[in-house]
Amino acid sequence: MIDRRSLIGGGALGTLALFAPRIAWARAETDKRFVFIIQRGAADGLGTIAPVGDPGFAGARGPLAVDFDNAAKLDSMFALHPALAIVGGLYQRKQALFAHAIASPYRDRSHFDGQNVLETGGAGAYRLKDGWMNRMLGVIPSGEARAIAVASAVPMALRGSHEVSSYAPSSLPDASDDLLQRVTMLYEGDSQLHALWSEALNTRKLTGGLASDNGRNAAATGALAAKLLAAPAGARIAMIETGGWDTHAQQRGRLSTQLKGLDAMIGALQAGLGPLWADTMVLIATEFGRTVAVNGTGGTDHGTASSAMLLGGSVEGGRVISDWPGLGANALYDGRDLKPTMQLDAFIGGAVASHFETDPARTMMTLFPNTAPAPVVQGLLRA
Amino acid sequence: MSQASIALNRFGLGARADDVVPEQPVKYLLEQFDRYEARPVAIAAMPGRRQVAGELADYLIEARQLRAMSGPRRALPANRAAAMTAQSQVMMTGYNPAKIDSAADKMEGDSKDPIKQARQFAQRQGRDNYVAAVGGRALASLTGPAPFVERLVHFWANHFAVSADKLTVIGLSGLLEFEAIRPHVLGKFGDMLAAVERHPAMLLYLDQAESIGPNSPIGSRYANRPNRKLGLNENLAREILELHTLGVRTGYSQADVTELARALTGWTVAGLTNGPVARAVGVDDTPGDFVFVEQIHEPGTRTIIGKSYAQDGERQAQAVLSGLATHPATATHIATKLARHFTGDTPAPALVARLEAAFLKSGGDLPTVYRALIAAPEAWAERNSKFKSPWEWSVSVMRALDMKTVQPQAVTGLLNQLGQPIWRPGSPAGYDDINAGWAGPDAVMRRVEAAERFATRAGGSIDARALAPKLFPAAVGAATTQALARAESPGQALALLLVAPEFMRR
Repeated sequence: MIDRRSLIGGGALGTLALFAPRIAWARAETDKRFVFIIQRGAADGLGTIAPVGDPGFAGARGPLAVDFDNAAKLDSMFALHPALAIVGGLYQRKQALFAHAIASPYRDRSHFDGQNVLETGGAGAYRLKDGWMNRMLGVIPSGEARAIAVASAVPMALRGSHEVSSYAPSSLPDASDDLLQRVTMLYEGDSQLHALWSEALNTRKLTGGLASDNGRNAAATGALAAKLLAAPAGARIAMIETGGWDTHAQQRGRLSTQLKGLDAMIGALQAGLGPLWADTMVLIATEFGRTVAVNGTGGTDHGTASSAMLLGGSVEGGRVISDWPGLGANALYDGRDLKPTMQLDAFIGGAVASHFETDPARTMMTLFPNTAPAPVVQGLLRA
Repeated sequence: MSQASIALNRFGLGARADDVVPEQPVKYLLEQFDRYEARPVAIAAMPGRRQVAGELADYLIEARQLRAMSGPRRALPANRAAAMTAQSQVMMTGYNPAKIDSAADKMEGDSKDPIKQARQFAQRQGRDNYVAAVGGRALASLTGPAPFVERLVHFWANHFAVSADKLTVIGLSGLLEFEAIRPHVLGKFGDMLAAVERHPAMLLYLDQAESIGPNSPIGSRYANRPNRKLGLNENLAREILELHTLGVRTGYSQADVTELARALTGWTVAGLTNGPVARAVGVDDTPGDFVFVEQIHEPGTRTIIGKSYAQDGERQAQAVLSGLATHPATATHIATKLARHFTGDTPAPALVARLEAAFLKSGGDLPTVYRALIAAPEAWAERNSKFKSPWEWSVSVMRALDMKTVQPQAVTGLLNQLGQPIWRPGSPAGYDDINAGWAGPDAVMRRVEAAERFATRAGGSIDARALAPKLFPAAVGAATTQALARAESPGQALALLLVAPEFMRR
């Protein structure tokens, strides 16, 4: 038996701490929240965080540049789309950080493949069978490794060997308790349905009266996600899917509406989390960007690099990080797209590792096992 | 699972209580090729192309006139598009019709702008046409004499997906299935492909209708006007190669996409376009009809995947499509998707190879491919059962309940709630066709809620214990039999049957 004196004096402290991580001095495990908002459809980074200081911008973007005539400047180069008012407020309070000219390893222009790479964290499409968020559950502290998809089906990023649940509000009338119990018995011998059903029942308990909440618009989805994350025994990791970013035509109005929805979602998420916002990190990313030039129908076609966002109470915000490649004809990727100069993988790896205080190299290897070893992007959180 | 049960459920849309148990399952499926109706009454009664496109064309004319009379033009497009998207979101996601109407009324009340009012009116017309078409599809699925072929119609409509979230596409989305898929589901793939790519819903959804060749007469005329950026849109061309024919990662390049986009210029729609394209199209044709407009066609020879296509006007793009329709990569793509749909997420390579061979040998004759599928032991293997999509589950529920009429609004709302709004997958890739796409905890809960509602409405008139063996001949499991026997009421037993493991999969 080791008494306290010999423990302190004999250098056994480290050993004991390994075996008993939950005794008094261990950090509370369940204070971090992480949300990934995916923008499906290749969101236009140049139309979201516009490089108004680039001499090529106004010419290339023509009618789409008009939105930024009176937009808030983020720094000498970039301005934020005016529809992102709440995000802009977070930026002012240094709780929002943007990354630009950023891309996953994917270099072609198919939504299918691009989203698969973004969600699996593979070096190419369909090379990995599970998602980086699911694998992330294996590296972060166990108390924080409970994840939910705010959607009626589990998206690729969350699929894999670790258990995750999914939930989306339903306006169907609640089934009666007796029927629920009988369904439980009916599914007992069917391993797939049994697992799905247990998860559905657990989620139902957590969310209480939310089933009657009409949460289909963006703000309600943000509020719902906040509720799922704020519950004491609830999820700590959430993924929210947003679609509609594929603006091939009439981009100006459509993108503005999309961004307004995203802004409202973030506002509701922040409001719903209350003081928990201080320990929350929200990552927003898309599969690839759009062409620099405007096409013949007031829209843009599939491109390469885009922008990404990191929001949260402890994010080292108020800045745009970018090794800006420029929009001159010779600077473009394939002569048409914004050139990627930052790896989205390294950005995500840096965000996850710093947020959950995990080892950066191990985090990268787990989340992006096929990517050539790359250091994570550092300094994303306030020290 | 018995072979008869597989024929009814995996190949079909679920049994009806009055279905005769197929004694020769293979023959039962093959005979459906003769029974299938391309244009059943349920669909012939829907608002047709002339009505839907005519209403849209009227709106576009009215909007143009109103814009010409009103103030500065520059602010309009953004407002229009923003309001349009917001409005279509309200319109398409709402479940309760009263709620939709009050939301729409509120928006109308917010503004006395006649342009907005015209647009809202057009939105409602589009939505009404959409809901009616959903009802027509459902009714055909409940009452048609060839459920296997109906399943194939739904398969192809998802393969050639359009998404009803643009004003011009909302009302036309169902017509793509009725006019371009149904007539060709038992024909050649190339004919279906040609019909789909010329259909107004596809031309408008993937922005082809307003794509202009930069060196065409119209393109050149606008080339030097700084505020009129007009030109190529490569959306349709990309999806033809990636989704409709060859499949992703099959050896075409960005240059091929752009070349196909150039070849396609000129393929557009009468009465439903704007700006210089509308002026070039003229007013002679019936709105909604396919037209080829030489003045926006990019002149010159096109080279696509190593093959050269001499300039031949409208026929240039058609020649490319014909080549793509019988390309080996297309055969692989189609064979894989069909095999996945009927036999499971990772189909056996040998099965894919057989379907591919049937496709290539017959020049893309679809019944030949289906016959190879029916002949495949893999399709009849018990372990290859798949989780039903919300659409498949809903239709099989309505068939099991012997429904012969539908309330279009109710079907639309149900499918929204279950996560698979009809003709609105949100992307040209269509809905996922793998188990993980649909087998989620929340999805199961929603089906249980919906099942209870269906059962309540059936009002205890159906004995689930007698119904189960009719739906799944010689294939009802012990757990289900026991649950039905122990249920406290006929209604509860029926709800349990509708979510039993046998019913959730096919």
